[in-house]
Amino acid sequence: MVVDTIKMKSLSDRLAAEEVAGRSLWADARHRFLRNKAAVAGLFILILIGLFALFGNYIAAWSNEELDFTVMGQVAELGGPSFENGHYFGTDDLGRDLFARTVQGTRISLMVGIVGSLIAVIVGTLYGATAGYVGGRTDNIMMRTVDILMSIPYMFVLILLLVMFGRSIAMLFIGIGLISWLDMSRIVRGQTLSLKHKEFIEAAQATGVPSFTIIRRHIVPNLLGVVAVYATLLVPLMILTESFISFLGLGVQEPLTSWGALISEGAGTINYGTLWQLAFPLFFFIITLFAFFFVGDGLRDALDPKDR
Amino acid sequence: MISYIAKRLAIAVPTLLLLIIVSFLLMHAAPGGPFTQERALPPQVLANLEAKYGLDQPLWKQMANYVWGIVAHFDFGPSFIYKDRTVNEIIAQGFPVTLTYGSLSFLLAVLVGVSLGVAAAIRHNSWLDYLAVGISIGAQVLPNFVMAPILVLVFTLWLRWLPGGGWEGGQWQYIVMPVIALSTSFMASIARITRSSMLEVLNSNHIRTARAKGLPERKVILRHALKPAMLPVISYLGPAFVTMITGSVVVDIYFSTGGIGKAFVDSALNRDYAVMMGVTILVGALTILFNLVVDILYAWIDPKIRY
Repeated sequence: MVVDTIKMKSLSDRLAAEEVAGRSLWADARHRFLRNKAAVAGLFILILIGLFALFGNYIAAWSNEELDFTVMGQVAELGGPSFENGHYFGTDDLGRDLFARTVQGTRISLMVGIVGSLIAVIVGTLYGATAGYVGGRTDNIMMRTVDILMSIPYMFVLILLLVMFGRSIAMLFIGIGLISWLDMSRIVRGQTLSLKHKEFIEAAQATGVPSFTIIRRHIVPNLLGVVAVYATLLVPLMILTESFISFLGLGVQEPLTSWGALISEGAGTINYGTLWQLAFPLFFFIITLFAFFFVGDGLRDALDPKDR
Repeated sequence: MISYIAKRLAIAVPTLLLLIIVSFLLMHAAPGGPFTQERALPPQVLANLEAKYGLDQPLWKQMANYVWGIVAHFDFGPSFIYKDRTVNEIIAQGFPVTLTYGSLSFLLAVLVGVSLGVAAAIRHNSWLDYLAVGISIGAQVLPNFVMAPILVLVFTLWLRWLPGGGWEGGQWQYIVMPVIALSTSFMASIARITRSSMLEVLNSNHIRTARAKGLPERKVILRHALKPAMLPVISYLGPAFVTMITGSVVVDIYFSTGGIGKAFVDSALNRDYAVMMGVTILVGALTILFNLVVDILYAWIDPKIRY
């Protein structure tokens, strides 16, 4: 009996300790996220793709610029995927190693997606939080500007920019950065409006904290959940935009490449029976988009369990 | 209602003007003029050319002329590359084609997307629901520039059912693949949005009331559930329309349909600024007009919107 009491006591102590430690919003969210199989699979795929982009070069037998003269001119017969000549994914119609090109394209596409998304996060969050927090006429003018910018056919303007100021990655970033933050700023503004009248903001105001510090220290950290979800969903959209532009031949220029450019090349040569040229870049493109969408959805469900 | 429309118009008109002015200034700021060539032209020739196109006038006057030409005469001026053609002619040639397959794709996307979404919501958690969700997730990552080569591969190269490109005055064989390529991802999005909003509406009180008073299920769905469930779909249609017009660029290039996207990309590669701006402004005007229509439709359907 005595032993039992001690056991029970230690058990209840342990439970109490756990109760006190509690679970933060983020720990809770992580738990829910890890239970979502699709999201975890997506995350796993993204890690694999990331490793592929970072270390793929060390596995490749050929560099992305070398021409393999033995397959040149008879790519349809000799250029297929094989381990013997080191072209794991085959070669393109010029005899360049498609594996190395895919690694490079993955790097560029992921970089465009992540940088575009980052620009959206930084600009959109600050803009939306400022508009929502300041309110009144400033808010009205700021959000009307966003409305106007949103009704501009941005893809055409982006192409216009790329043609007029030269096709370069920097210009692509500027063009994508110009438009990617609009949606983000709207979402953030909506969220800020609902935060603005909470007690802790009032407390900060009452103690005389300057507006910008309130936005930076109190509003923005509370927006992180929404922003994180939207940023994850934005990455595939940025990749899609870049691929679209590159498909038209207006994006990244040779010798650099991206998924869009590779898909475009592959699509242009399917008539010659070199299907692998389309299949490999397309495969990476599709599974990455899938993974990002699943991770984004999983994050949203994890952070907002009531919305099911 | 009329004052609401007037208010929306009051925003739409300045937006359009802004678009025209910004693209004009962009064109002007771009390095190199329209007559910059590998071999420099003799100064007299250049001066004559500039006088002909009005480029020797001060900037504000050029801009005023350009804006006035568009607003008053719907005239986008001459092309800088094709000496005997105006921008209007180039647009008039491609626009009907784009409009044909564009509106067909739009109709198809809305019809199939809404039906699929509604069916999935009514038969929630059945095989039909899972099929619809599966299709819409799959199609989400298949944008037009991915769909186009896959379609050609299957229908032209493997099955040999459809021609791989061309327009031929819009015979149906030539329309099928552009329409499918353009509409798939929108169909998926519309189906997903319809499904989730329909599910939400079906759980609401007024539907329970409608069922409780013994209305047949068909009537409950069509009369009481569909209308409120359409609101998120309608607000999606505005951006979807823009993206679809953008997608016509890919369709025109891949299927050689000769629409307005072809004119745009050709002009982009030729640096024919006049055509590029003409197309951009036309698409911008369409976008703004369509957003206006969507807003009005939204206000008309949703009684909660005050105007």
